[in-house]
Amino acid sequence: MIEARFRLAYPGFTLDADLSLPASGVTALFGPSGSGKTTLLRAIAGLERVPGGRLVFDGEVWQDERTFLPTHRRPIGYVFQEASLFPHLSVRGNLEYGMKRRNCRPASADFAHIVELLGIGHLLERKPERLSGGEKSRVAIARALLSAPRLMLMDEPLAALDLARKQEILPYLERLHEELEIPLLYVSHAPDEVARLADHLVVLEAGRVIAQGPTGATLAHALQPRAKRGEALADMAGEACVEFATAADLPALADLLAELFTLESDFSPARERQLAGLKQILDEPSLGRLFVLRIGGQIAGMANALITVSTALGGKVLLLEDVIVAAPFRGRGYGRRLVEHVLGWAREEGFLRVTLLADRDNAPALAFYERLGFEPSAMVVRRKRL
Amino acid sequence: MLSPTDWSAIWLTLKLASTTTLILLLVGTPIAWWLARTRSWWKGPLSALVALPIVLPPTVLGFYLLIALGPHGPIGQLTQWAGIGLLPFTFAGLVIASVFYSLPFVVQPLQNAFEAIGERPLEVAATLGARPIDAFFTVAVPLARPGFLTATVLGFAHTVGEFGVVLMIGGSIPDKTRVVSVAIYDHVEALEYTQAHWLSAGMLIFSFLVLAALYTLNPTGRRK
Repeated sequence: MIEARFRLAYPGFTLDADLSLPASGVTALFGPSGSGKTTLLRAIAGLERVPGGRLVFDGEVWQDERTFLPTHRRPIGYVFQEASLFPHLSVRGNLEYGMKRRNCRPASADFAHIVELLGIGHLLERKPERLSGGEKSRVAIARALLSAPRLMLMDEPLAALDLARKQEILPYLERLHEELEIPLLYVSHAPDEVARLADHLVVLEAGRVIAQGPTGATLAHALQPRAKRGEALADMAGEACVEFATAADLPALADLLAELFTLESDFSPARERQLAGLKQILDEPSLGRLFVLRIGGQIAGMANALITVSTALGGKVLLLEDVIVAAPFRGRGYGRRLVEHVLGWAREEGFLRVTLLADRDNAPALAFYERLGFEPSAMVVRRKRL
Repeated sequence: MLSPTDWSAIWLTLKLASTTTLILLLVGTPIAWWLARTRSWWKGPLSALVALPIVLPPTVLGFYLLIALGPHGPIGQLTQWAGIGLLPFTFAGLVIASVFYSLPFVVQPLQNAFEAIGERPLEVAATLGARPIDAFFTVAVPLARPGFLTATVLGFAHTVGEFGVVLMIGGSIPDKTRVVSVAIYDHVEALEYTQAHWLSAGMLIFSFLVLAALYTLNPTGRRK
């Protein structure tokens, strides 16, 4: 068990966290940038001195009124946002730096195992300047693991990488999750990373913990707009559900689309073509699946017309076009509910990537995607015809 | 051509510059490290103090050092009490004066180099179990290597090139305190232009070679 209590306030920022974290599995500290995730992680590592804080790890006091265990005496492994390898040492030198200092040199089998686990065996004699971004990240993770930590801390190890590099690292992190026996605290603002890696979730907002618990339920909760959370949940209880569309839903879906397009743009495709496009998706599940949100038996929205499955990148990629919500239901959090459901489904199905599509000038949709943690760089702003 | 006393002046100059540079690296490194990392209010005043020899006429520095090291000065009384005797007009006195005089030329390149490293590599070292002193020697010093090279070369070259301070503190005692720059002055005063030419040309070429080597071997902007 990890107990942490930190309170810190300076102009423009407050941190007020009181946490009990499980001492096993992956715990994600999740929240938008500026929510205090990194500060909290640094405080746990002892890199940030928070006066009056308290930190107990496995019954050992790392910080209280009298004690402050300096960073180098805490049995942690820390992976920074940038790989931060020592440029004057080779990959091997970097890996050995922590091993030598922690006085518990792992058996050579462990060294070989971790090197193999992260796929860096062929890089050992190289200097960091000759590594790609993804390779640097893997070396940084291996370096932290080899220092024989009892607690791993990772501060958005994927944030500095582009999408392709992220796809390169994520499988390694997942293997780590399966094999690692020590607890891992993982800071991230990306829901898809968190959903894939974390068992336990702590959601931070403006320096405060607003939710914590098992990942699935907590993530759904966190992604609700805060102000509307209560209302939306009450509305949905008992009468709202997300499910796959059937052929019987086609007319209602076409109405929904028509309503949306007349409301929001001049572009109004012929009803016949809409129906044909929707039918094609229903008939050929390989093209994707249609999700609909039903409230009181009525179709409230559909997420997205098109889910394209691709086998590129050695896995599956999920593409979601604009999340459509019928006018009476708009602005009440149902779009989010829909997206979360689809994300959850994609996760279970083993999808690698979720891309949300929106027109470049569809500002509300773009803002919505951003609030869900999708980075603008990752947005494909192109509309696909149904 | 050069007389034995000229050769002895050259030897003395090199000995003075080496000793001074060595002491400066030992003294200047902690000062530079502190200046690079402190958030203390004292950083400003101390930086100014270190930089003073750049702007002060060497005679001012020499004058105060002479008084401080002299029989009635605080350092002079201390050295007398310790049985070392008085330092002005000795090699040790020259070394002390040179250390003060060349201090900014060693401290500033080191400080810049330490500042350029930033906090992160040291934080990484700490998370890997390195004590601060260990991290300093295994991370900060290797990463600041270009700074050490610059500091060493500038400290050495600047000490070789000093004149005013050594003249005031050391005078011109052959084999003891008469360095090359003072020897040149003496030769010119005595109208011995040949020797003055040899020594001056030697200094010119030496200084050029040293600086050329520094700027060639230590290109700026290669560091990421």
